[in-house]
Amino acid sequence: MIHFENVGLRYGMGPEVLRDLTFDIPKRSFQFLTGPSGAGKTTLMRLLFMSLKPTRGLIRMFDRDISVIPGEDLPLLRRRIGIVFQDFRLLDHMTTYENVALPLRVRGKDESTYRSDVIELLKWVGLGERINVLPPVLSGGEKQRVAIARALIDQPEILLADEPTGNVDPPMAQRLLNLFTELNRLGTAVVIATHDLSLMDRVNARRMILTDGRLDIYD
Amino acid sequence: MTDPAASTSDSQKRERLITLRPMAPIVPPVNVSGHALMVVISIMSFLCAMTLGAVTMVQEKAEAWQGDISREITIQIKPDDGLDMEAALSEVRTIALSFPGTLSAQIVDRAATARLLEPWLGEGFDIDELPVPRLVIVTIDESAPPDFAAIRQTLADAVPSASLDDHRAWASRLISMARITVLIGVGILALMFATTMLTVVFATRGAMDGNRHIVEVLHFVGAETRFIASEFQKRFLLIGLKGAAFGGGVAALGFLLLGAWQSSTMATALNDQATALFGRFTLSSAGYVGIVGIIILISAMTAVTTRLTVTRTIREIDRQRADPSLAEIS
Repeated sequence: MIHFENVGLRYGMGPEVLRDLTFDIPKRSFQFLTGPSGAGKTTLMRLLFMSLKPTRGLIRMFDRDISVIPGEDLPLLRRRIGIVFQDFRLLDHMTTYENVALPLRVRGKDESTYRSDVIELLKWVGLGERINVLPPVLSGGEKQRVAIARALIDQPEILLADEPTGNVDPPMAQRLLNLFTELNRLGTAVVIATHDLSLMDRVNARRMILTDGRLDIYD
Repeated sequence: MTDPAASTSDSQKRERLITLRPMAPIVPPVNVSGHALMVVISIMSFLCAMTLGAVTMVQEKAEAWQGDISREITIQIKPDDGLDMEAALSEVRTIALSFPGTLSAQIVDRAATARLLEPWLGEGFDIDELPVPRLVIVTIDESAPPDFAAIRQTLADAVPSASLDDHRAWASRLISMARITVLIGVGILALMFATTMLTVVFATRGAMDGNRHIVEVLHFVGAETRFIASEFQKRFLLIGLKGAAFGGGVAALGFLLLGAWQSSTMATALNDQATALFGRFTLSSAGYVGIVGIIILISAMTAVTTRLTVTRTIREIDRQRADPSLAEIS
């Protein structure tokens, strides 16, 4: 589904922050992306989300070379990816329900077709009682769950989550992890960038460890 | 033991009980920068509409002057030894009326002539004691004017001291002055318009800056550029329309009220002074149509600028994608 070959990335004239990355993310796979702070996890996640282009190397997403994808095709490809940003990126003027429904709304779907799905998913992530609440009123953990629900609502082919359990307590982290594994079982590939070793220990999954811009993979 | 059927029914009941507010618009309703943009648009539309109204009034006034002057000619008879002035006036009047293209001829009588000279000679002077020229005012058909050269020739033969003034010198000066005034007005209007457009463009961009995060989120959740652009365009068109309608409306109302005030206070000192200084504040229907045009144009400008700004913002996001160093800076 995703193929990286000798990918390198540098900012401006600086040193390469990612070097010679070669790996595949197969369909229905589950992997953790980890490494020390500043190792380039978020940058790699941005490459996976096509919000950055590599300085060198080849990236193929859904069988397309991303270096030649025209700008107008990007939104259509991004619809196949669910992303949870580290800073959540929720819209403050929209309620929890509206934020989660946003990806479906921008695809032109009628509210009646997704209303019950959104409510169901919000209940699943423990926000059943916070459906009509605006993000400024939510706690960090609640915002994180809204961001996760938004990424999952359209059943993406791959889910990219940057520190998705960083702001929640251990029981909620476990619950979210269960959600990700369940999602994976249903066919979605999952990439979770995290520092949380205990979280990684709970699932037998591939580990991609970034150190100084180089990637080691432990299957 | 719980009855599963009852439990399902409870869950469905709870689902129905969840009330959701109507979906919030994708682009939030007017925020602080939106209010500021609306105020800027109102002020600029007001100034633009006032300038347009003033230019239209000057142009119409100039046309009216031109019409008034070209509608009349004057024949002047200078007193001369042995000239019977009253007979000469009557003869001149008859000659003038004998030419096709003259509609009427009126002798300015002694009393009226005295009144004309009053500012210079004061009241109560004896007109017979002074060699005062006398006038015959001839109204002509503007569309088919008489042959002025033939009138001059006939007058020279019949009353040698009579001279015809067709006001051409006056008219050409006045027309030149009016044209220059209108040109200056159009120049001011063009500057005003350019300023308005630039102000609206920059104010719109400023207001859009505050919404960049929304553009980014929409872009990242898979919204296409034209969808995002149209959502923002709808919101900002409304802001532009409200602001421009308010500014243009106040200007139009101002012209209406000033016109009504002038009509209701005619022959008062203040009105006379104001009319002498600024003319009549009556705006023709063309002026009001122009104001409506300004409102539409400014609203459209706001909407188009918004669309272009959204497209540019998305292009910037994609440019950062191509050049990661830009993303680092941002």
